[in-house]
Amino acid sequence: MSVDSTSTAFRYMGHAMPYLPREGCTGKLIVIEGTDGCGRSTQAIGLREWLEVQGYAVIDTGWTRSKLVGKAITDAKQGHSLHRLTYCLMYATDLADRMEYQIIPALRGGFIVLADRYIYTLLARGVVRDADKGWLRDLFSFAVQPDLVFYLQLGVEQLVPRVLDAGKMNYWESGLDMSWGDDLYDSFVAYQGELIRQFDVMAEEFAFHCVDARQDPRAIQRQLRQAVTAYLESCNYSAPGAIPGEK
Amino acid sequence: MSAMDSLLAPHHFPGKLIVVEGIDGSGKSTQLQLAMRYLQAKGLRPFSTEWNSADLVKKVTKRGKKKMSLTPMTFSLLHATDFAHRLVHNILPPLKAGMIVLADRYVYTAFARDVIRGCERDWVRRVYQFAPRPDRTFYFNVPIDVSVSRLLSGRAKLKEYEAGMDLGLAPDLVSSFRLFQGRILEEYRKIVAEYGLTEIDATQSIGEQQQIVRNLIDQTLEDYRAVPAIQMT
Repeated sequence: MSVDSTSTAFRYMGHAMPYLPREGCTGKLIVIEGTDGCGRSTQAIGLREWLEVQGYAVIDTGWTRSKLVGKAITDAKQGHSLHRLTYCLMYATDLADRMEYQIIPALRGGFIVLADRYIYTLLARGVVRDADKGWLRDLFSFAVQPDLVFYLQLGVEQLVPRVLDAGKMNYWESGLDMSWGDDLYDSFVAYQGELIRQFDVMAEEFAFHCVDARQDPRAIQRQLRQAVTAYLESCNYSAPGAIPGEK
Repeated sequence: MSAMDSLLAPHHFPGKLIVVEGIDGSGKSTQLQLAMRYLQAKGLRPFSTEWNSADLVKKVTKRGKKKMSLTPMTFSLLHATDFAHRLVHNILPPLKAGMIVLADRYVYTAFARDVIRGCERDWVRRVYQFAPRPDRTFYFNVPIDVSVSRLLSGRAKLKEYEAGMDLGLAPDLVSSFRLFQGRILEEYRKIVAEYGLTEIDATQSIGEQQQIVRNLIDQTLEDYRAVPAIQMT
């Protein structure tokens, strides 16, 4: 990977999409990661509103939202034809489509791209499904390197009541595809516990900005805003339509 | 973490995997069909598999092609998804069961085509790292003129993506096909050396080629122990 000193070229995690120009991307990519039920989506909505009030243009993105394969993934997950290889490859296709039609064009237009989950979720899910770690890293290496990654950290013990409150434990969130047994609760605890272990390892490797997700949602939002402000100031990024004094 | 099957090392399955590769119009499918008959006549039960679109992504690929919305990356990844599906369902089970699998196109097709479309050479190879190495891969080498005249005189009309129309190399299908497949031939040349494929001169007669193919298949199967046939009553 070539490291660029100019601030208007984005960087790939590893391998490039050589046919795409990297220059002229003034936007920022901010990622919020965390397991199911950690409050990610609520926090992303809060961040977006706050950024827009300040005049920053924001687009949000997330898994299975590509025009090309978003629906095909949802459909495939209704059946039983997904293998760990096809599972990971379909998600990679989803990301590639969003990268080329949504994320990179938005970065080129100077937007803040807010990603509700990113490659780390798939790296964790893949490793837990026993896919080769090196292969997963290579597969998703065409992803644009994020500028900021928040990790909303929560233990399984706090996760269980939240997921039950929100509805019920579902097949995929419980990792039932891995045949660890047919007990929904036991499988959920084992699966989510494994995911959290993977996230905790990556938190160090990729220098995630860890946030204790046991806190009150407003306290979490305050922390996220502080970190985003500090980051945007550090790189002199200002919104074209920013309202002076509104911070 | 599981160890991956790898293109770089022989697989450990009791079956045998034999592959044909080459551009459209190279005659590879004809040769595969004849090889299949040969093996059947020897009392073996070969399985044959093509790189057809699996139900999993068939609709997606079709719609993407129609709308011309596929990019080099999504084109590559959709085909990789298809390949993985085919590997898991049609190739690995018979290989594990000790059968002979005859595959019409394998990862080398992607190595050539996706790189020409603009994907990174090393990335494409790594994406397909999960594929077991074939016991023998025949590459049917044909000059572009021969391939074009075979295709135009024969079957179906050229298709847009097969002709690389998405690359904007030429305004019409035939010229684009010629340029695109010509580049793929160049890429195959490198792959033959890199992965030690068996090159067959596909300008020879069908019979001459088949004779070479059969001799080489016999060599590949020297250490093969056939699964006892089921007695049909």
